[in-house]
Amino acid sequence: MKSHVWRPLFVVIGIVLLILIARQFLVPKDFGIHERGYMYGWYKKSNEEYWKTKIAVKYKSAEYCKDCHSDKYAMIMQTPHAIIQCENCHGPAMEHPSDPPKLAIDKSRAQCLRCHYPLPYPTSGRANIRGIDPEKHNPDVECSMCHNPHKPKIGGTK
Amino acid sequence: MINRRDFLKNAVKGIAGLALPLAAIEIVSPRKLFAAKGETGKESKIRWAFLVDTYKCVGCGLCVKACKLENEVPYDANVTRTWVERYVLTKDGRVFADTPKGARDGFTTSKIDLGEGKFQDIKKDDIQKAFFVPKLCNQCENPPCVQVCPVGATYQAPDGVVLVDRKWCIGCGYCIMACPYGVRFFHPVYKVAEKCNFCYHRITKGLKTACVQACPFGARMIGNIKDPNDPVSRIIRNERVSVLKDEYGTRPQVYYIGISREVI
Repeated sequence: MKSHVWRPLFVVIGIVLLILIARQFLVPKDFGIHERGYMYGWYKKSNEEYWKTKIAVKYKSAEYCKDCHSDKYAMIMQTPHAIIQCENCHGPAMEHPSDPPKLAIDKSRAQCLRCHYPLPYPTSGRANIRGIDPEKHNPDVECSMCHNPHKPKIGGTK
Repeated sequence: MINRRDFLKNAVKGIAGLALPLAAIEIVSPRKLFAAKGETGKESKIRWAFLVDTYKCVGCGLCVKACKLENEVPYDANVTRTWVERYVLTKDGRVFADTPKGARDGFTTSKIDLGEGKFQDIKKDDIQKAFFVPKLCNQCENPPCVQVCPVGATYQAPDGVVLVDRKWCIGCGYCIMACPYGVRFFHPVYKVAEKCNFCYHRITKGLKTACVQACPFGARMIGNIKDPNDPVSRIIRNERVSVLKDEYGTRPQVYYIGISREVI
């Protein structure tokens, strides 16, 4: 065969080789695929470690709170509000008390209305929760003025 | 007539010529490279699965709030890894569904958000059934988002959770379009695809996900479907549960109790 046929072929082979060599340097060592093949099998081990270790746990649960705030914990545990995590109103603990030293408490009416706005939906648990009409029931006043969220009955100790 | 010398020469050339492309395929097959490192073939003893009991959900949205803060999803941007939908089905067969701000602030009005600033109040007596449906990533066994990613930036970990490599993602958005459940979105800060990963940083430390922990009513549960004694695994095996868009063949791993066919 004439060289004008071979020459472009050599160029193509050269390009393929270049790509293969470049690939060796560019593709991370832990990048590959599982037995499932190219459709679903992509996998990168080091990135799994990123998600495992580089994200901070911010919500610590009531278990984290109960030793220092044992009085509040003991109080709320005797009420229907026992099912609510401290952090749902007090915000994520993060590294409290070192960081942040004080947590911002959500005392807004909207926070209480998440459950206590009456929606009488049959087949939903919402129908079983007692609610108030926020436009008629002492509007413009924080619920905690009268109701202690840790002891949610009028007159309960604050 | 071919002589011995030429025959051997050609034979060697031919074999070398055949072997070269085969060797090249070996080099470009990441599967082979990966197997050489001894990473494949080890099957995980964990397969995370999620269970949602819609009878228990009251639509308080505390799960959404906790998720956004835990996973550093910008709080006021209208994107979220998990959300709660409200379905109201009327006696005359109409279906209403809304999820204002992904239910981050719960449902504090009976008016259904129809979009474009329109709202509709439905009388109590007109309601046939109404309920709340929390949604999150289904961590599909056959994840379409992984299939369409042109750079292999999203992948399924051995325990079934689909993760996104934020460094490798080019932000093309194919996966956002491919997900039949609409759980993926563009992260406003990192400018890459973002999704629920069952709080991978928590579950791998033995904690519950932020949404499971925040739920006061136990409507959300997470467990290991490969462990026969796991409470979630028991319920999925022994009770009547369903999944979303089963017909897509994605084999989703978020199971629901108490949804009806209107839920999409």
